[in-house]
Amino acid sequence: MEKRVIFKGRVLPYLLLLPQIAVTAVFFLWPAGQALRQSMLIEDAFGLGSEFVWFENFVDLFEDPLYFESGLVTAVFSVSVAGLALSLALYLAVQADRVARGGAVYKTLIIWPYAVAPAIAGVLWLLLFNPTMGVLPFVLRALGYDWNHQVNGGQAMVLVVIAAAWKQISYNFLFFLAGMQAIPRSLIEAAAIDGAGPARRFWTIVFPLLTPTTFFLLVINIVYAFFDTFGIIHAVTSGGPAGATNILVYKVFNDGFIGLDLGGSAAQSVVLMAIVASLTVVQFRYVERRVHY
Amino acid sequence: MVENRPWLTWATHAVLLLGVLVVAFPIYVTFVASTHTLADLVQTPMPLLPGGELVNNYLRALNVGLGEGAGTQAIGAGRMMLNSLVMALGIAGGKIAISIIAAFAIVYFRFPFRMPAFWLIFITLMLPVEVRILPTYQVVADLGMLDSYAGLTIPLIASATATFMFRQVFLTVPDELVEAARIDGAGPMRFFWDILVPLSRTNIAALFVILFIYGWNQYLWPLMITTDPAMVTSVIGINRMLAVGDDQAEWQIVMATTMLAMLPPVAVVVFMQRLFVRGLVETEK
Repeated sequence: MEKRVIFKGRVLPYLLLLPQIAVTAVFFLWPAGQALRQSMLIEDAFGLGSEFVWFENFVDLFEDPLYFESGLVTAVFSVSVAGLALSLALYLAVQADRVARGGAVYKTLIIWPYAVAPAIAGVLWLLLFNPTMGVLPFVLRALGYDWNHQVNGGQAMVLVVIAAAWKQISYNFLFFLAGMQAIPRSLIEAAAIDGAGPARRFWTIVFPLLTPTTFFLLVINIVYAFFDTFGIIHAVTSGGPAGATNILVYKVFNDGFIGLDLGGSAAQSVVLMAIVASLTVVQFRYVERRVHY
Repeated sequence: MVENRPWLTWATHAVLLLGVLVVAFPIYVTFVASTHTLADLVQTPMPLLPGGELVNNYLRALNVGLGEGAGTQAIGAGRMMLNSLVMALGIAGGKIAISIIAAFAIVYFRFPFRMPAFWLIFITLMLPVEVRILPTYQVVADLGMLDSYAGLTIPLIASATATFMFRQVFLTVPDELVEAARIDGAGPMRFFWDILVPLSRTNIAALFVILFIYGWNQYLWPLMITTDPAMVTSVIGINRMLAVGDDQAEWQIVMATTMLAMLPPVAVVVFMQRLFVRGLVETEK
């Protein structure tokens, strides 16, 4: 879509674009270029010089069992977060859509965790699951289950998944509720007259009509679990114990900023950029389609 | 509700209440933790009813907060929240300002390299801070912007989403308005200030709410570029207070700081809910 009526100006449009382009160039393009360049360099042991090695860093990376493990951890983490946050949000949204009164109050009470920073969400759940003073380990111990996420990798994963999903429910809930309220009432009523109960109506009418929303949210949730959960991991487990929660984004930070392996970290950055790029393409192609729908 | 089945209505409300409780439970426990002494807290399990130390803990959080290190002054939660506020306002204001003029240029002018400029902005979507950590840090260090408000805000203010949103908004503004403005002799900047900005007021407010929360909750970026305790934001401060190695973290103070740090963004969501929802939906278009 283009404007029919425009203004004339030779210099003005460039001046208007300048701040945005300058920030993009200095803080986005230049560093991204540096990451690409650095991903093909190996520094010598004393940091004095570096050698151009083409794709050796990438070969090392893909042959590194730790990187493979981190990829696997990321996959488990994002699928669990997306699955948990989407299903709980959908379930709550269905209930909120059904109530005749009080819907707005429930909505307010469910959406506010959106405002909580991921790192803070992590700290909140860290308190609840603290092995000595936490409430939940106490309950679990009474049931005969020993909880210590500082030692047990699986439990650490459960903890970060819960914290990450807790924060994301609000967002999914809002979009599911909006999607459901956009479904024509007459469809639901016609099905009810034909004798379909609430469950049947949900699976045969509401859920199929929500598919675009669900797919959109799935992409958003995966992006969230991949990149925005850094704060949770850093605050709660620091990738441990023994790498059990070392997701890719955390590994880039850890290897580069703490381990000072510049080439390896840059190669990981490039891989992550490729992942974001493909997720963005998926999201936009889909959004195009949603406009027609 | 299509059919009238009282038990179903009750079940629905019960499920929703349970959902609300599960969502609120961590906050409740945090609040309780912020009202006890440390000695009460480290019992197994910790108490689940509020204690009497509320005022003491919050005063200590505000005044002492991060505590005194070697040769450094105590950085209280007040200072941390001020840093967070400056960062959130800087990011939200900066993003809106540079995006709205960029969108204005792209929609209302024809010039060489218009589309390349548009795609250049689009690329920022694909490069979140998390994937270009080290090189971005180097750039900021070279520019001497470590431990400064400029370093905290400027690298984060380029925004493809905000530019897209303003482009969408401007495309729906009727052409007749531009024609009328031109007949009356208004130049482009006059049109921008007197017509476009007032017309997009609600969109600006909605975007501001979303970006304020985004800025307030930043983590990785301030974590990397601030080493001076006086520049610590509240989210980072909480993390530093917990990272005490083998010592017992002062959970009651940490939790009081956490409550304080959550307050501004949560208040924004609750009290500006309509703008918030609108902003969320618009930035995802």
